[in-house]
Amino acid sequence: MARRQFIFDSAKMACGVGMLGLGLGLYAKQSKALPALALRPPGALPENDFLGACIRCGLCVRDCPYNTLELAKPETPVATGTPYFTARNIPCEMCEDIPCIKACPTGALDHSLTDINQSKMGVAVLIDHETCLNFLGLRCDVCYRVCPVIDKAITLELVPNPRTGRHAMFLPTVHSADCTGCGKCEKSCVLDEAAIRVLPPKLAKGELGKHYRLGWEEQKKAGHSLIDESKMLDLPDRLPEGASLPGHYDPASGQTAPLRGMPGSEAGVMPSLPPGLGDKP
Amino acid sequence: MSGKRIGAEAVVEKGWLRAHRWLILRRISQLGILGLFLLGPLAGIWVVKGNLNYSFTLDLLPLTDPYVALQSVLTGHLPEKLGLIGLGIALVFYLLIGGRVYCSWVCPVNMVTDAAGWLRDRLGIKGSTHLSRKTRYWILGMTLLGSALTGVVLWELINPVSMLHRGLIFGLGAAWTVVLAVFLFDLFVMSRGWCGHLCPVGAFYSLLGRWSPLRVSAPARAACNDCMDCFEVCPEPQVIRPRTAFQQPGFDGVGGAG
Repeated sequence: MARRQFIFDSAKMACGVGMLGLGLGLYAKQSKALPALALRPPGALPENDFLGACIRCGLCVRDCPYNTLELAKPETPVATGTPYFTARNIPCEMCEDIPCIKACPTGALDHSLTDINQSKMGVAVLIDHETCLNFLGLRCDVCYRVCPVIDKAITLELVPNPRTGRHAMFLPTVHSADCTGCGKCEKSCVLDEAAIRVLPPKLAKGELGKHYRLGWEEQKKAGHSLIDESKMLDLPDRLPEGASLPGHYDPASGQTAPLRGMPGSEAGVMPSLPPGLGDKP
Repeated sequence: MSGKRIGAEAVVEKGWLRAHRWLILRRISQLGILGLFLLGPLAGIWVVKGNLNYSFTLDLLPLTDPYVALQSVLTGHLPEKLGLIGLGIALVFYLLIGGRVYCSWVCPVNMVTDAAGWLRDRLGIKGSTHLSRKTRYWILGMTLLGSALTGVVLWELINPVSMLHRGLIFGLGAAWTVVLAVFLFDLFVMSRGWCGHLCPVGAFYSLLGRWSPLRVSAPARAACNDCMDCFEVCPEPQVIRPRTAFQQPGFDGVGGAG
């Protein structure tokens, strides 16, 4: 009888505590879903590993000179006690000596990261083309100017402004290989809601199929074209009637359609009158 | 009424201060440690950084909570050098001095549950939900197994001990609700429920200090008059068998004796 009772008592414990464990386990699963705008400190392991390695001590928070980091409170949708920052509040200032990593007593922040420019806290994405002032044709450029990796992580790409037909648009363009995800662009975006945001790379990046090869890259690697270009056929392009592709070479006519507003495009004439005030050229 | 209160005889005989000297020393220790942690964020004097999970004192002394570290190790991650040194220091300290000294002299939740216990006594709340004191060891086992399975330092997701301590230093947020829940649970649901029955942190430290040489002893055992006050005041009375069982293994160090 004593053995029976022992087994029942053990079963009671195992099942009761097991239920608690199940709840905790599912909660743990949930806690791995880091909100898109919560960024981990530089060198943070992928979220799956981070939640096991981080012991929630807050030393990184203490040694951050800019008060960028904070520890998640129980009601925050980030695992309780773990460090994160919100770029729109205080971005990472990218200290060269990375004090947050040095302070970390565990491997949660990768101690082998010594060059802050190699950190990957996220990837900036110019997420709203409808409100970005540069997309509207203005020269805001703020995100580009504040970028600590200026001209590498963010460049301004010139494209003609088809709305006015006489201006260029300077489109801020993020290059993920160089973007550290510090969030200074998001912080300084002048809009009420930032049009550029730092997102986890998983959300921000597409991925080519493994079998894809970029012809122009392969050509560079090989030093010559991989195919016999003399045998290449360029067929006449079929366009809807009346349509034209500015700047496009059409082998059928041997002509390049005029492209206004782009440097180096000498075809076409700049309009002498603003649009709407006379005949469009 | 006051004549019936626990320890009334001791207060009369020794005076209030001497009768409460262990309680007073424990509170000084608990509040002092908390005060040292708060000195940095409140006054800008950085004696110690971090919290009870890991702290760095005077840029010299690292201390790592062995229970949190163990959960982290079970997820497959080893601490860095300072973390390991801190772990070693804490392990040796509590192995020698008795694990649950942590509960009675360091843990901030002890003040919460002691308050609940005191109020329970004052309000004369009788009756308590029965739950085996072994439950905490099962929960301890569950959190260790669960950490290994989920890859998350599991108990830290809800640990009221670190929530309260971290909250007081880094910002409390809604952590007060968890602490209040522990208080109310101890007050109305289960006498000494949290520390004595559920908390896996205490369970871990209890196992850690199992063979510690430091024990409460009763050198003048012959003078015992069976007043049973020690039994009444102790949050873990199972470790005291009046007059016969002092210094038994399982008597986890210097507990809540007032």
